[in-house]
Formats: sequence, structure tokens, C-alpha cells
Amino acid sequence: MLSPELGHYALALACVLAAVQGILPLIGAHRRDPRLMALAPGLAIGQLIGLVTAFACLIHAAVTDDFSVQNVAANSAVAKPLLYKITGVWGNHEGSILLWALILGLCGAAVAAFGRNLPSALRARVIAVLGLVATGFELFCLTTSDPFARVWPAPMDGQGMNPLLQDPGLAFHPPILYTGYVGFAVPFAFAIAALIEGRVDAAWGRWVRPWAVAAWCFLTCGIAMGSWWSYYVLGWGGYWFWDPVENASLIPWLTGTALIHSAIVVEKREALKIWTVLLAIGTFSFSLSGTFLVRSGILNSVHAFANDPARGVFILGLLGLVIGGSLALFAYRAPSLTAGGLFAPVSREGALVLNNILLCSLCAVVLTGTMYPPFMSLLFDRTISVGKPFFDATTIPLALPLFIFMGFGPMLPWKRAQLWPVLNRLWLAAGLTVVATLVAIRQLSGVLPVLCAALAVWVIVSSATDIATRIQLFRGPVAASLHRLRGLPRAIIGTAIAHTGVGITVLGLAGMSQAQHRIVEVPIGSTQSLAGYEWTLTDVHSEPGPNYTAMVATIEIRRNGHVVTVLHPSKRSFNMQNQTTTDVAIHTNLLSDLYGVLGDSHGTDGHMTYVLRLHYNPLAPWMWLGALVMAFGGALSLSDRRVRVGAPRRATSPSTQGIAS
Amino acid sequence: MITKPVPRSSAPPARRFFSRLAAGLLAAFCLLAVPLYGLAVDDPSEMLSDPRAEARAEAIGAQLRCLVCQNESIEDSSAGLARDLRRVVREHVAQGESNQQIMQWMVSRYGNFIRLKPALSLGTIMLWSMPALALLLGCGAAFFFYRRHAATPPPPPLSDDEKARLARLTGKDDRT
Amino acid sequence: MNSSGSITRRRLLMALPLVGAGAVGAAFWKMLSGMQHGSFNPHDINAPVLNRPVPDFSLPGLAPSEGFGTQDLTSLKEPVLLNFFASWCIPCVAEMPTLMAFKDQLTMWGVAYKDKPDNAAAFLRHSGNPFARLGNDQQGRTGMDWGLSGVPETFLIGPGGVIRWHTAAPLTEDILRGSILPLAAKLKTP
Repeated sequence: MLSPELGHYALALACVLAAVQGILPLIGAHRRDPRLMALAPGLAIGQLIGLVTAFACLIHAAVTDDFSVQNVAANSAVAKPLLYKITGVWGNHEGSILLWALILGLCGAAVAAFGRNLPSALRARVIAVLGLVATGFELFCLTTSDPFARVWPAPMDGQGMNPLLQDPGLAFHPPILYTGYVGFAVPFAFAIAALIEGRVDAAWGRWVRPWAVAAWCFLTCGIAMGSWWSYYVLGWGGYWFWDPVENASLIPWLTGTALIHSAIVVEKREALKIWTVLLAIGTFSFSLSGTFLVRSGILNSVHAFANDPARGVFILGLLGLVIGGSLALFAYRAPSLTAGGLFAPVSREGALVLNNILLCSLCAVVLTGTMYPPFMSLLFDRTISVGKPFFDATTIPLALPLFIFMGFGPMLPWKRAQLWPVLNRLWLAAGLTVVATLVAIRQLSGVLPVLCAALAVWVIVSSATDIATRIQLFRGPVAASLHRLRGLPRAIIGTAIAHTGVGITVLGLAGMSQAQHRIVEVPIGSTQSLAGYEWTLTDVHSEPGPNYTAMVATIEIRRNGHVVTVLHPSKRSFNMQNQTTTDVAIHTNLLSDLYGVLGDSHGTDGHMTYVLRLHYNPLAPWMWLGALVMAFGGALSLSDRRVRVGAPRRATSPSTQGIAS
Repeated sequence: MITKPVPRSSAPPARRFFSRLAAGLLAAFCLLAVPLYGLAVDDPSEMLSDPRAEARAEAIGAQLRCLVCQNESIEDSSAGLARDLRRVVREHVAQGESNQQIMQWMVSRYGNFIRLKPALSLGTIMLWSMPALALLLGCGAAFFFYRRHAATPPPPPLSDDEKARLARLTGKDDRT
Repeated sequence: MNSSGSITRRRLLMALPLVGAGAVGAAFWKMLSGMQHGSFNPHDINAPVLNRPVPDFSLPGLAPSEGFGTQDLTSLKEPVLLNFFASWCIPCVAEMPTLMAFKDQLTMWGVAYKDKPDNAAAFLRHSGNPFARLGNDQQGRTGMDWGLSGVPETFLIGPGGVIRWHTAAPLTEDILRGSILPLAAKLKTP
């Protein structure tokens, strides 16, 4: 049966298989031994089976309330709902490391399954590199963070879970975010394999890009989910705090975004090869070090690893091996990679280079801001803080030019372009942007929100124009245009959609900068006005819940005398944990959120007053909608025919390499 | 609202209990990559009646770091000390002090830790110049490589044999 | 195609990321080990109080002691250990026996921080009172002037009312014996 011992054994087996997977195919690829290389896919799938078994055993232990397993005893309880018993498995240190390893195993198996068209040596090397990384994590799991450790005597009940964590949004956020982080291990492995081979070409670019795009989609969704969670759970209308934990996810997102763009240049023009390899290594390195260093206590004020020196030492050593090893290989092999195709500064390549410069500058700013305080403290023994006001002031001005170039970059021809004909096609977009600016000046206060809104409109309209031009919309029968649309590569449509998503998110941010809120203390029956709405507190009553008591308020919101909606924010008191949580009530019409929170109550029976926090958040849902649209655009480009069946083949003889770009 | 992990407290008992509990669970929280923030639903009586003064107080408060929380400003935090500091800010605003004076009051007591937006100084010059520095470095590197690349001689023209192979290849190549 | 010299130069350029990552890694290593030994704390607020005169304040007393203010500290001839505490603060409760053990070797004054006077008095009756004088900072305003971010927090005031030593961590016997007492002895003999 699925006993913890079986899980432990399966994990150990997976670790051994991962080590073999990391060594034999590498030797095979080096000696050009097809038998050794052919072992790679089987080993990757075997390792995945081991990890799935281990994970299933841990879930089984949690679901069956096996409190003899220490991890379950510390994080679960009999009374916990089934869903949270399952999701609670990855809501703690040991379980999350196991989930991390499982996703890494999935990546290896995915390369084994979908990488049939890869040259056998490249595939063997990619899978081997993934195996080596997996070995490290599984060893970490086995030696310092064993999720299957038993406790004796077994307690009758577990210690339960923080009520704040019992939330569906939070339950599925980690797997998606981790898939994003770990997914970048595949481009990383491709980069290492290419360095070992000493060869990066257009085919390599075409192979690596779908993996990077897939990881990027997950990371985008994961970040958006985290932001949404803090918006609707924490109860004061914030959505992004520039916290080190958030920055740790933003940094690989920025370099990952740069990567999926620079890989296009490799694929189409064989240029930027060394840079793309470096980005692939850097993105995964940031994913790794970010998630682990925020837990080291250096950035965050709680010592998660520092409590256990063995963990801190192990993880730093692992990071040193993975990052240091790959960068050393890069330093040794990258100089021998040949330079690629030439291009003029004004060209599609040029625009993509600019995109990379801006994204990496943004990344440098976020990284510096996040790391500056501990380094100041270490080097100069001086204490400073770097928070939201700094990041707002530095990142937004850097992002604005990005939006300008996003508008016409995709329309520039490769190699050498004329700016004028492209801009000429964008007169409609420019006109609409001017209109949007005028509207924004009337509607929004502040220079940056106006600029953001105007440029967001520019990005959206010019992305639409790009598609309209390509299908020659309004230049002939609509049916013919639609036919052309169907014939258009999905990657091009995906690009336009993803860019539109950026525009939508930026519009949401501009709207949120105009959010209004009021904090009031009122008796029942009192009416407040905020943003043109009348908010009336009509009732507060208490309601029993499964393991808490809730105080539920009823707030009627009227506009011009008509009831728009009724909000029921509540406050839950969990007796066992002696903790209260607030349950925000949000009404959205997709253009704005009406957001109500119930706070403390004062007074005695009959003369009670209640603290209410009322928010009007214009365009708030667009921030997350935009992220979904971005991810959808990425997914659409993944479904491109050329990715699915394109089976890019390498030029057969070295002399054709220069031609086949 | 998480107090620091060093075993000391800055909040009344109920809050203290929550923060200790939360600190224990923080490992889980960090894994989930979300910040742990307080539910800063607070006493509205602390707000200033003049909306312009209140807006100024909020703007100042947003620049001040809560001393016992993770990374929030005192405006966002429900910690006891943050509430006290909010009140102080409003008192000083009501007395007509300038933003700079209020900031000075805070920094002289708590040091630079309290500024969420670090002051420009010799030590923070790298931080503040980072956007320009990164941009310049990126553009400079791009220009350098472009010049060097453009300076390399173009490959020799194709031989007839290669031209023939090119024709064969481009015939099959899926154009984009 | 490339001469070996240019390959070496390119190799040096390509080694830059490795060098950068190595430096950052070494710094992280230093931070982690410093955190384990207690020599490095990136979360210390480091309120700028050291070697400054004590701030202007005046506190009411907490029965049975009468209160004190700036004047009382500046007119001191010998060092005084000033401890901010509260009855609701668990580390303060844990720290009190250590203070009691050293109360004969060092003059200690206490300030009850954001505490109900009754609770603070009851707490000191129960744990023993090491403090020669007691102030009551019920609103926590004096705490702000001292740059207090929480309790317990302890200051060593030298003669003339200058802050000579400060910690925001609970006191231990090691700290008292190793740092505070030697410093106090040095301050006493000019």
C-alpha cells in the first residue's frame, strides 16, 4: 500500500535513477554511443514514476490523517477539509521541496516524450542535465528535509494549519508558480547541452523557445494568482507590495520574458546566440536562488533555513554547483560559439535587442533594490530600507519606453528596416493614443498614470493594427481577410494577443492608481458616499461556521437610488487558533471593483458601531485579466503548427549552416 | 503583520500571540511566495478631518516603514507601533510641519531603516543610479558588439555547388 | 578564424557572469554564517542612539517608585542600565530572572512600555523588581523618542547621560557578563 516507507523508498529510487540519468547519457553523448544515449528517456520516465509514487504516498498519509508522519502531524488536522489536506501537502517546507522535485521530474519526462524530433545527442544531454539538477534536489529532500520522517509516539491529532492558508486561491497558486520556476530548467538544460556540444543554431532556438514560452505562461499565471490572492484575502485593496518574495518571482519573469524574445532572434537569424544562452542560464539561476534565498532569512525576516544550518549549507552548496558550474561552462565554451547573422540597428532584431536591454535593466533595478539592504549591512554596516516608493519611482519610467517600442517592434522587417513605412501604418494607433491621452488627462490624476494609460492604448491598438495589416483587413472582402487570418501563423497571433494582455494589465494599473477608499466607523443604518455610490450598512449578525464564528455585515450599495449590489463582508474568529481573519466582499462589473471590509466593532448592545473599509477600485480586474491574456497568447503561440509538427531539422552539413538561417 | 523573529515583542498580547503563531507558520507562507500582511482595518478616528491634510499624512506614512513588520509602510500595517506612528504623523501634519521636518523627526529616532525610499547619499548612489547605469551599460554593450560585428568581413560568396544546395534547401524551407 | 589572443579576451569577458555570481555567492555565505553566529542581522533596525545624549523626556512613576526624566539621567555619576519592558511581553518575562541575578552589580532603571500600571506592578511583584527607579510609558511616546521598536530593549547610560550601549534583543547572562559589566566598569573609572 501507499505507506510512508514506500514513499521514502520511491524517493530514494528516483534519486538514484536521476543520478544515473545525469551521468550515463552524458557519457553516451560524448562517446557517441547510441545505447547509452537511448537510456535517457526511460530513466527520466522511471524517475518520474518514483517521484509520483512518493508524492502519492505523502498525499495518502495526509488524507488518511497518518499523524505518525511528522510532516502531517505538524501541518494537518483531522478537522481540516479534504481539499486542504491535499493542498496542505505542498504548503510546508518538506512537501514543497518534494513538489519542486516532482515538477522537475515532469519536465525531464516531458522532454523525453515530446523531444523525439531532437537529435539523439542533444536530447540525451538535455535529459542528463535535468537529471543532474534533480539529483541535487532529491538529495536535499532525502538528507535534510525528509517529508516521510516518522514521529513516535504518534499524536492523536495534528497541529492544523493557519486559517489564512485555507483558501482555494492559495491552494493552487504554488504548483502553478513552481511549474513556472522549474519549467525554466528545460531552457537551462538546452543551454548547457548546447555549450557542451559547442553549437547553437537556428534549430536550437526553435527547439528551446516552446519550453521557455510554456514556463513563462505558468510563471505569468502564478504571479498573477499571488497578486490576486493578496488583493482579495488581505483586505486593504493592495495587489503588489514589492516584497522580496514577490520580487523573487518578478526577476525570473523579466529575464524569462527577455529570453522568449531573444530566442526568436536565434531561431530566425542565428544572432544573439551567446546572449540567449546566458539568459537561459540566468533565468533558471534566478528562479532557483530567488525561491531559496528568500527562505534563507537574508531577505525575509523569518529564519526558515537559518534555524537549520545543514539546510542553509546544503542549499547554498547546491546553488553554487548548479549556477557556478553552468556559468563556468559558459565562460569556457561560449567564446567559441560563432557569431550569427548581421542586422542593422533599425530592424526586428534591433527592436528585440532593445526589448532585452529594457527588460534586463528593469531586472537589474528590481534585483539591486531587493538585495541592497543586506549588502549595505554586510559591506558598510549601515541599515537602509528599499520599498514600494523606490520601486515605483524607478521601474515605471523604465517600463514606459518598453511599451512604446512594443507597439511597432513586431511590424519591423528582419535584417534592415525603414522606420517611416512602419510608423505610417500606425497613424490610426497614434491617433487613438492621442485621444486616449486626452481622455486620460481628464479622467486620471498624476503624470505617470496618464502616460501608462495612453501607452497601454498604444500597445493594444498597434497590436491589433499589426494583425489587421497582415490580413489586409478593409482592403478587400472581409471573407478573404478572415481566410488570411486562419492562414496566419499562430505565433504571430499569439504575440499580438500577449502584447494586448500587457496593455490590459497596464490599463488596470493606471486605473488602480485612481482607487479611492474610506475608512469609517458607523452604526447600523448609516450611509456613506464614495465614488458616486451610496454605501449603507443595513445589518450585522453573527453566523456559526465549521470551526469559526463569523460576524457578517450587509452593505447595500446604491447608485442614483437604484441598488447596485449587496456586499457581505465578514470577520471570522477561529477559536482554536485564537485568530481572526477578514473575509472581503467584492462586487465587480469588470470595469471596477466595489470592495468592502468589516473591521472592529465598538460599543455595547444597542449602541454598536462598526469600522468599515470601503474601496472603489477602477479597472482592478484588468490587471489579472491582462496576465491571463498574456498567458493565453503564449499558449496560442505554442500551438503553432511549426512548433507541433515543424520538426525543425538541423542543416546536414556544416557548410550549410550559414545559409539555412 | 509579522513581528521580527528575534524573541521580543512590540505588540499587545492578543496580537503578539497571532504574530508568534504566524511566525511559526511563516515557513509555509514563504513557500507559497506571498507576503504576509496585516489586516489594517483601523480606527478611523485617527484620520484628520481636513481631507488635504489627511492625504498629505497618508503620503508621508506611505514612505515610512513599519518597524516591526516585514516590508509594509505604517499606513498599511495594523501593528501597534505603526498605529502610534500614524498618529504622530497626523499630529505633526496638523501642527503644520513640512514633510521634510516630519521625515527628519522619524529618521533622527529610528535611523534610515524607516525610510522606504532611501535618501540619496554616497552609500545609495549605486541604487539610485541603477536604472540609468543598466540602460547605459546595455546600450553600450549592444553598440560595442554591433560595431565589432559589422567590422568583420562578410563571408566569401557562395560557390556554384553551395548555390545549388541553397536552391534545394530554400525550396523545402517553410518560410515565415 | 579567431586568433588565440582574441579568444582569451572573449573568454575573460564571458567569465564576468561567473565572477559576479561568485562574489554574490561569497557574500551570501558570509551573511548566512554571520546570522548563525549572531554577528550579522540584516533585520536589525539599528536606531541611531549610540553615543548620543539621552532624549528629552519625563516619565511618571510606577508605584512604589517615583518617575524620572532627562535631568535624572544627565546628572548621573555612574552608569545605569535602562530596560524597557512590559508584562505582556513573553521575552521580557523570560529576561527578568537574569536582571534579578545582576541587580547588585549594576544600577538598573526600568520603564514599563505600553502596559497597564496594575499589570506592570503585579508582574514585578511576581518576578521580583531589579529596578531602582521605575517609569511608566503608557502611551509609548517616550519609547519613540528612544527609537524603541519593541520590548525588551536595553540601554547602558554612561555618566553625563550619554547612551553607550544598546540592544534590541533580550539580555542573557553572557551579554551582561561579557559586554555590559566590563563596559560599565570602564565608564565608572574615568
